[in-house]
Amino acid sequence: MDLFGLAIRSVFVENMIFAYFLGMCSYLAVSKKVKTAVGLGLAVTFVLGITAPLNWLIYEFILKEGALKWTGIEALASVDLSFLTFIVFIAVIAAFVQLLEMIIEKVSPSLYAALGIFLPLIAVNCSILGGGLFMISKEFNFAEASVYGISSGFGWFLAVVALAAIRERLKYSNVPAPLRGLGITFILVGLMALGFLSFAGF
Amino acid sequence: MSTDVKEKEVAIQEKEPLFSAKNRKLITDPLDAKNPITVQVLGICSALAVTVQLKPALVMAISVIAVMAFSSLFISLLRNTIPARIRIIVQLAVVATAVTLVNEVLKAYAYDVSKQLSVFVGLIITNCIVMGRLEAFALANKPWPSVLDAIGNGLGYGVILVIVAFFRELLGSGSLFGYKVFEAIGLSYPGNGLMMIPAGAAITLGIVIWVQRWRNGYVEEA
Repeated sequence: MDLFGLAIRSVFVENMIFAYFLGMCSYLAVSKKVKTAVGLGLAVTFVLGITAPLNWLIYEFILKEGALKWTGIEALASVDLSFLTFIVFIAVIAAFVQLLEMIIEKVSPSLYAALGIFLPLIAVNCSILGGGLFMISKEFNFAEASVYGISSGFGWFLAVVALAAIRERLKYSNVPAPLRGLGITFILVGLMALGFLSFAGF
Repeated sequence: MSTDVKEKEVAIQEKEPLFSAKNRKLITDPLDAKNPITVQVLGICSALAVTVQLKPALVMAISVIAVMAFSSLFISLLRNTIPARIRIIVQLAVVATAVTLVNEVLKAYAYDVSKQLSVFVGLIITNCIVMGRLEAFALANKPWPSVLDAIGNGLGYGVILVIVAFFRELLGSGSLFGYKVFEAIGLSYPGNGLMMIPAGAAITLGIVIWVQRWRNGYVEEA
């Protein structure tokens, strides 16, 4: 697949939020202010951009059926470890997030203070694991997996910042009491998803 | 027949402490007043993605309940030996094991549905309900209440999932569990594309939340 087309597709048409609703928990929790939304959005883009190709390598060379052929050992050539995919992927993501947290804390304390609380949250953000699993089920190659990781992270960033901007304005409107907060936010997300649907060419 | 019923009643009475008022509350609270989706705002991802039809929604709900009960039990048993600093990774490992088991079972016994759910079975690992309840409850409580709390929250999640799926399938394709309801009573129903697309899920869930909060009077500070 053409890489540029893939990037556009994963940002707009198959947007993590509006097409698959991945990462909704943190999406709803941090979209109250644009500033925090930008912070988490950047962190998600970065982690997804790194872990997608990383997990691709692990899947391709260790987990896939027959992936261990490169070791040259006869007995390993037909081993299928793909049932371990979930555990390995989530371990890679959690370890990477932990590592990233330590590096940022050491290298740039100011960035750490800005991102600090969001970083551990990312390990349990569905969009990261979802990105990895989609990448496997769509059978991407390495370049595609890298582009897919970064661009779907960027799509998440776009969605969270847009919703935060709308919610900041929403404070000044008179929403019916039971609909306040979560209810109106869902209807908003639905309307935004309808808007994004037009990118698919309906 | 009547003796059977009586025997059952006696059996329940003997186990009474297992289902004491406090333990019963663990199951009933999450169904409405502390519902994980509409009040605690956990586990939204899959709630929206798998609700186009009733069948996958039901399978998803059952899978989540199974995963939650399994992982709550084990985390609760291990709660005194898990070091606080690495508890997230330990929890993820336990949950991922449970999800792998569920995934293999689904592949073996319900292949069609498992194909339909695609990556969303795997995403139960990062379903915030599971982690949230482990953090908030199982880490600090004994195994039996933890399992009850997990089942209660799983049911609360399942109820919302099934309600959303019911309306989406009924209004979207005019059927329930694939059975054409409108045609069966002699009406034709053209279908409603809005309910089939993801946007329909968000709007349906928004309305479900509206109705529920209007009923129980819960108001969020804006």
